[in-house]
Amino acid sequence: MNKLFVSPSPHVYGKQSVKGLMYGVLIALIPTMLVSIYFFGMGALIVTLSSVLSAVAFEYLITRFILKSESTIMDGSAALTGLLLAFNVPSNLPLWIILIGSFVAIAVSKMSFGGLGNNIFNPALVGRVFLLISFPVQMTSWPKPIAITEKMLPYLDAETGATPLALVKEGVRNGVKLSEIQGIPSNMDMFIGNMGGSLGEVAAIALILGLVYMLVRKIITWHIPVSILGTIAIFSGLMHLGNPDKFTDPVFNMLTGGVLLGAIFMATDYVTSPMSTKGMLIYGVSIGVLTVVIRAFGAFPEGVSFAILIMNAFVPLINMYSKPKRFGEKQKK
Amino acid sequence: MLKTFSKGGIHPPENKLTANKQIEMLALPKTVVVPVAQHIGAPAKIIVKRGDMVKAGQIIAESGGFISANIHSPVSGKVTKFDKIIDTSGYKKDTVIIEVEGDEWVDTIDKSDTLIKEISLSPEEIVKRVNDSGVVGLGGATFPSYVKLMVPKGKKADVLILNGVECEPYLTSDHRLMLEKGEEMLVGVKIIMKAINVNKAIIGIENNKKDAIEHLTTLCQGYDGITVVPLKVKYPQGGEKQLIKATINREIPSGALPIEVGAVVQNVGTAFAVYEAVQKNKPLFERVITITGKSLKNPSNFLVRVGTATSNLIEAAGGLPEDTGKIISGGPMMGKALLNDQSPVTKGTSGILIMPEVESQRRKMLPCIRCAKCVSVCPMGLEPFLLMTYSVKKEYEREEKERVMDCIECGSCSYVCPSDRPLLDYIRLGKSEIGKIIRSRKA
Repeated sequence: MNKLFVSPSPHVYGKQSVKGLMYGVLIALIPTMLVSIYFFGMGALIVTLSSVLSAVAFEYLITRFILKSESTIMDGSAALTGLLLAFNVPSNLPLWIILIGSFVAIAVSKMSFGGLGNNIFNPALVGRVFLLISFPVQMTSWPKPIAITEKMLPYLDAETGATPLALVKEGVRNGVKLSEIQGIPSNMDMFIGNMGGSLGEVAAIALILGLVYMLVRKIITWHIPVSILGTIAIFSGLMHLGNPDKFTDPVFNMLTGGVLLGAIFMATDYVTSPMSTKGMLIYGVSIGVLTVVIRAFGAFPEGVSFAILIMNAFVPLINMYSKPKRFGEKQKK
Repeated sequence: MLKTFSKGGIHPPENKLTANKQIEMLALPKTVVVPVAQHIGAPAKIIVKRGDMVKAGQIIAESGGFISANIHSPVSGKVTKFDKIIDTSGYKKDTVIIEVEGDEWVDTIDKSDTLIKEISLSPEEIVKRVNDSGVVGLGGATFPSYVKLMVPKGKKADVLILNGVECEPYLTSDHRLMLEKGEEMLVGVKIIMKAINVNKAIIGIENNKKDAIEHLTTLCQGYDGITVVPLKVKYPQGGEKQLIKATINREIPSGALPIEVGAVVQNVGTAFAVYEAVQKNKPLFERVITITGKSLKNPSNFLVRVGTATSNLIEAAGGLPEDTGKIISGGPMMGKALLNDQSPVTKGTSGILIMPEVESQRRKMLPCIRCAKCVSVCPMGLEPFLLMTYSVKKEYEREEKERVMDCIECGSCSYVCPSDRPLLDYIRLGKSEIGKIIRSRKA
């Protein structure tokens, strides 16, 4: 008889693995990538590739030469961070800036905390916000989208313009009524991604497709995305009702900036989000409120990144105070 | 919508390979090795001597206390040896070894197949008979059944719940028993109802056993107060707390027993054993066991005498496959891995599962990515990732505060973990350490 394995139960395991989950998220991001290439052409391709490759390379170098441990690049998490970072920057960002962002994301925000599972802040967002603060000009000049069927947009010298959110911020600051601000795309254009912005944030329909895919494959649950989007819709709706000249309507708020990208792909990052469903809802609602507040009253036109990073810091606290309801907890007779 | 429990749970592949295999009698072995500790509680005390001739059904070891059970000889023959073997708990246990000669049963046992519906014994007599017959919970926990038939003073039961869930993958012994011995089982249910003085009984069966649901629903028309409740397929619905929640929507408080919410839970196999003990005067010395596995030639459901070596079942099912890596007593979620194929089956053995080598090895553990899947599947509402961390850091007081003692060890957390972390291993470790602390506090 062969030697028998003896181990405690359970003796069977589920199909989901870390690798499977990470690659699942990458697959969910494919539609978004295709739309960004469609509208931003060459730049989208170059920025995405360089960000993904450099993120993987940085992680490999760090595990190989600094930590001297087994390489972790095959688990897909570094590639995912790289892809998400790319989706959070304009498609004409110079290569060297991307490399800096990817280094900050992987080396500073992820590996220095101990690698996958140990980081407090979402690595891609840390990279993005670092770039936004360090290179405000390059990070806020957005190429105007042109469908690839008409012309393949070049990488660096595309014509640039402002995002809808920046137009609104600028207009409101100068006292112009919302309805009189020029150059805001139609809801339909915003829905399919035909507007200026970071290359992964523009295509609402592609992002929602990714959400559906992740829900069906049980990679994430609905709690975080729905609570963020619901809060933004309700909160910005109330403000819009209060002063329609100054505050934009909920549909505009949901479709612009990184709201969908943030709610679906950034805030749902396993490592930096709460563990209980109650905690996830608290986290989601807080991100929603902070986003609207930053957009309406802050210095930056865009608030999702900051909102998520702020709430990342509260996750340990949320975990401590939002325990799941234990079985048999209430009915003490 | 089918009923089920509300919190957590998983749905592993069912793999019920033997669902359509009729129960067959397994040929008598040449020798049996009968452990005296086949139940939860004190081991029984051996009362036979070497060289004694025994008959099947004759008592060979007496109950060793309030929570204990009699052990009867499963065969007729000669007591040849007393030995210690390592059982599934990993500890050495006393056994009685009997060499089989013929198959003579104690003559008080009614060997006929006639169904006896009339219950002539009083509740006290039922409890005594169940105790004398060594009946224990056959779902796997092997808690002496008579104890559950005595409702403690000051408590009142209003419903009996029969566990026909069989939520463990692969196992089909309860399923076959419900199909083939349904009528006897229902009389058993009636007997238990009489003993605990309730007029309502619910049989919970998962919806992957539609034939059993239909069969018993039809039979129930002849038995007042018994109803069948089909349940959604979800593991661990066979857990007592989960089953009570699923069928009558009551939640047992932490640390309490089912009687706290007016319920008594018995396995369907136990109901059949009670029938045999009370109506046929037959002690518990044989049971239905599923022998199964993907590489096995002939997976089967056998009626097996206690003390039969596992290898006998494997031979009868077509021999041990080449690629065997693990032999499990019980199901894949909560069963115990055997050290070798000589281990005897006991009253609590519901199945023997042969796992191929490729599925037997533990996978490599990766860092926790805090995906919260263990939290979402825990049927007790615990946080397995946190409990494991506390066990690793030996922070037992905090672990106790996080209610680790509520853990039912169903293994859903380890099953679902994408990083293949041995969550349940560490939780067990914590429970055992905290158990020591709690006992020392009382002392």
